[in-house]
Parts: sequence; C-alpha cells; structure tokens
Amino acid sequence: MNMMNFTRIVLKNLFSKPATRNYPAQPKEFFARTRGHVEIEIQACIFCGLCSKKCPTGAITVERGEKKWSIERFGCIQCGYCVESCPKKCLCMCPPYPQPEAQKPTEAYVQPELEPIEKSEKLDRAEQ
Amino acid sequence: MSVRSVVPFGPQHPVLPEPIHLDLVLEDEKVIEAIPSIGFVHRGLEKLVEKKDFQEYVYVAERICGICSFMHGMGYCSAVENIMDITVPPRANYLRTIWCEMSRIHSHLLWLGLLADAFGFESLFMQSWRMREKILDMFEMSTGGRVIFSVNKVGGVRKDMDQEMLREFLKVFDGIEQDLKVLTKTFLEDYAVNGRLRDVGVLTRQQAHDLGAVGPFMRSSGIALDNRKLGYAAYPELDFEPITSDVGDCYARCDVRIREIFQSIDLIRQAAAKIPEGELAAAAKGFPQGEHFMRVEQPRGEAIYYVKANGTKFLDRVRVRTPTFANLPGMLETLKGCQLADVPILILTIDPCISCTER
Amino acid sequence: MEGITTIGPGSLVSEALKIHHDGYRLIQICATKIEDEYEITYSFGKDYDMIGLRMRVMPGAEIMSISNIYAPAFLYENEIQDLFGIKVKLMTLDYEGNLYRIEHKKPFQ
Repeated sequence: MNMMNFTRIVLKNLFSKPATRNYPAQPKEFFARTRGHVEIEIQACIFCGLCSKKCPTGAITVERGEKKWSIERFGCIQCGYCVESCPKKCLCMCPPYPQPEAQKPTEAYVQPELEPIEKSEKLDRAEQ
Repeated sequence: MSVRSVVPFGPQHPVLPEPIHLDLVLEDEKVIEAIPSIGFVHRGLEKLVEKKDFQEYVYVAERICGICSFMHGMGYCSAVENIMDITVPPRANYLRTIWCEMSRIHSHLLWLGLLADAFGFESLFMQSWRMREKILDMFEMSTGGRVIFSVNKVGGVRKDMDQEMLREFLKVFDGIEQDLKVLTKTFLEDYAVNGRLRDVGVLTRQQAHDLGAVGPFMRSSGIALDNRKLGYAAYPELDFEPITSDVGDCYARCDVRIREIFQSIDLIRQAAAKIPEGELAAAAKGFPQGEHFMRVEQPRGEAIYYVKANGTKFLDRVRVRTPTFANLPGMLETLKGCQLADVPILILTIDPCISCTER
Repeated sequence: MEGITTIGPGSLVSEALKIHHDGYRLIQICATKIEDEYEITYSFGKDYDMIGLRMRVMPGAEIMSISNIYAPAFLYENEIQDLFGIKVKLMTLDYEGNLYRIEHKKPFQ
C-alpha cells in the first residue's frame, strides 16, 4: 500500500503543467518589492553624498563638483540602504536583477545643466 | 583479519555541497573514527565589525548564511536592541515571527530535499524543492529578496505585510500543508526510505546532552529544549510546545523536522490572527554600550550572538556561534561504528551549514 | 553581566568540573580582545538557564583546556587558538593553528 503513495504523486505530475518556466522564452514576473537594481532619477538628485556614505560595500561614488553619481553594478549588494537614506527619494530599487556580464562596469549618471534660476535654487537647498 | 585504512571524505563530495573534510578511519567498511577539518571558506565576517558601523553590520550579519539569513539579521538586531534598551513595537515582533517561521519551513523543506537526494530518491527531492519555491516567492513578495531579505534593522523591521498579503500567504500555506501531508507519507512510511534511515546513527539522550548538540538534532534524542520558549519576538504570545522524539536515529530527525514544518505553519496562522496594528520600528538613538548574549532558535538549532559595544558607532566584538558548530561533535560521535555508505546521510541529518559555521 | 562569574585562569578547570557535576552542558566559548588583554567567556546551559565563567588573560599566556571535561570544547578552543593566538594546553584534538585555513594568521591578536 505504501508503495502506492508516491505513484499517485508521479501520476499527478505526469498530467499536470510543469512547475518550471520556459526560460528565457518566458520572462520572470517580478513582484513590486523585488530588489533588483538601484535606479536614480538624476534630475532630482542634490548630490548630498549620503547614499555613498551609507553604502555598506562602497559601490556608490558621488562627485559633487561634477554633478556625477556613479555605481559599480557588481559591487552593489541590493540591500536598499541608499534608497532608504536618500533625503530626496530620487533613488529606487527596481526589477530586474542585474544581468551577467564579462566586465564589471561602473555606470555614471551626470546631471545635465539646469536653467539658471532653478540651478541657484538647487544649490541653496544642497547647502542647507 | 580486518585492515585499517583512511578514506578522505570531502570537501567536494557529490552528496554534500558543504566544504567539510573528514578523515574516516575504516576497518573494512566500518567507520572507527572521523577527524573533521573545516576552514575552507573562512570569510572573517566577525572581523569585519571593525570596519562597518553597527547599523551597516545588519547587512553583514544576514549574509552569514543564505538559508537562515533572516534569523541571523534578527539575532544580531535583537542583541543590539537589548544593549540599547529599545522596545521593539509589537507589530514588528509579529512580522519577525512570521518571517522566522517561513525561514524555518523553507530550511526544513530544503533539508528534506537534500535528504531525499542523499539516499537517491531524486523525484522526492524535486517535490520538496518545488514546495520550497512557493515560500521563496512569498519572501520575494513581502521583503523583496528571495534569500537575503534586508528587512531587519536595529529597532524593528523595514517592510510591512498588509492583511491582504497575509491572507494570500495563508492560502498558499494551506496548499503547502496539503501537499506536505502527502509527501510525509512517503518520507515516513516508504519501505526504501525506512530501510535507509531506521536505526542508523543513533545518538542517545545522554550523548546529545554531553556533546552539546542543539536544535532538531538534540530534540530527536529526547531533549525538549527550544529557544523560542525563551520569549523573543512574539513567541511568548503564541501557543506551541517543542517537538521531540525519543529514538534518536536518522528517521527520528526526519520525523521531528517534518512535524516542525507543520508546527511552523500553525505558528504563522496564530501570528497572522493575532498581529496588532502599529509602528514598524522604534527609533535607535545614540550608540550602544554594554554587552549581551542573544540566543535564538534557528532551523538548525540554537544560535548565539554575542555583541560587545563600547559607546561608539563601531562595535568591539560580534561573535556568532552557529548551530552547526555545536552539532559537529555529536555528528562525529554518530559516525563511529557506522557503515561507509551511511556517512553522507549521517552528516546530512545534522543539517550541516559549514559555510555559516566559518563566518 | 548577570550570570557570569569572574574567575582567575588558575581555577578554570576546577570551576568547570563543578559546573559539569551540576549537570550543565557547554554552550559556547568566546574570546574578546579588551585593550591589551583577552577576555574569555565560557557559557554553560541547563534547560533554559545560561551561566558563565569569565577570565582575563595576558597576551602570551597559556590557558588550560577543558576539553577533557566537556568534549565539544576542543572546537571552540582551537578556534580561539587560531584567531587570537592564545595557546591552549592539553586539548583532546589540537589542530595547531590549522582549524581555519586563513591567509593572515591570528587576525584578532
């Protein structure tokens, strides 16, 4: 009798859909909270440097003078500490996960020049 | 006349993906003695505390192990919270409890799969891991990570689960419970499985006590100790009893772990029914000063976090005693007198996590 | 800390024997560097209770092993010997600094 236990499971599996996904033809559906990679809305960034200070692995570099925010994609551990500490909430963790690569790239984002009035406003806020 | 020989086992072995090496002294096919050597993957995470401040170290602590990462993070945070005298909000405690029990279920299902794999029952292994996948999905849905959750912080948790999400999870757990009931029959009643597990590697109650075994390994030898009874997180408000068995062989360890999964599902139901509304985290002001031993019950047994702080943002010392470290002497004892073919199963039944042992 | 008794290195073995006689099991041994000294804490448990013995040793000092009283102690003592460079005498199994295969020997020294 006991031998029939697993036979039932086997038969059920034989006639049901596979539990796996046909990768890569069928892409993975991510959840809203999935911590995939860090994205920055560079327009809103004030280059305060908090994210680079908080980053446990030191993957983020902020150059205030050049208005440049860069991240080593493979140094990032997707912990979300930078997102949490950002005062302007211009960082977010978004799907998908980082893709495999042959090199370890550093991605840099430079803030384009702003209109003069807006720019001075921004600088004031950054100094506070 | 029997001939003595020494057979090296590991660190790479088809059955056991854990980097432990054993020198097995054999007399014909029988193991007389086993001498362990570990230390192949020592990462120095305890030393890293000198470079990372106590808030950042949460992320290091949860990377000690990939299976019980939630409990490592929580154990470390609770130790610091105790030093800083922070009262964690009740909702955070309940959320931690739910995530803890989910970790336990997924760890035990992983172990069941590995056990099936060790005695060569491949499709049983697939069945267990298919179930585990659902739990990993629930983790990703609620915390954002499948293995490393990053939801703990000193003072509470970072993410919340709303009622709808909890209801959805409970539904999934109902399904898992049904599936597991069917699988349990195979694990506990199947002729071949019984043949491989019964009366193999018996550890008596006295031996378990003397050799300092912990967790399900100890409980299956008849000692009813479960650190969840110490009353951390929301456990004091939940109703449960430690699960034990008096036999002490591999079958008993399998039996205890399966019953623990059902217990964990029950605990999640209780916690979901009782979870109060409220804050997610209390503010952590200032820097910790003092020391604390925090004992938590991980899927593999008792883990101890010793934190010593000096009033600056850098801690003096963090020491983690992982359950496998305590279980190694017991495992060596069970190996004595067993057959060479049973060695992989015996090592597996303590649920070894060598990488987390080495920190 | 409550539950932890401070002892001198000389009375470790006799204290451990007493605790062993009372039916406690070994929970853990942990070393911490404090300024120029090392502090070693032994934790023992009985049911849910945990008590401890704590002693201070100077660098270069040797301590006695309790692995003849508590069999599992040999792993913890080897760990302390490897990471802190505190020599532990009369262990049942002495790895002589090779429990952990680490590049920088005695990192906590």
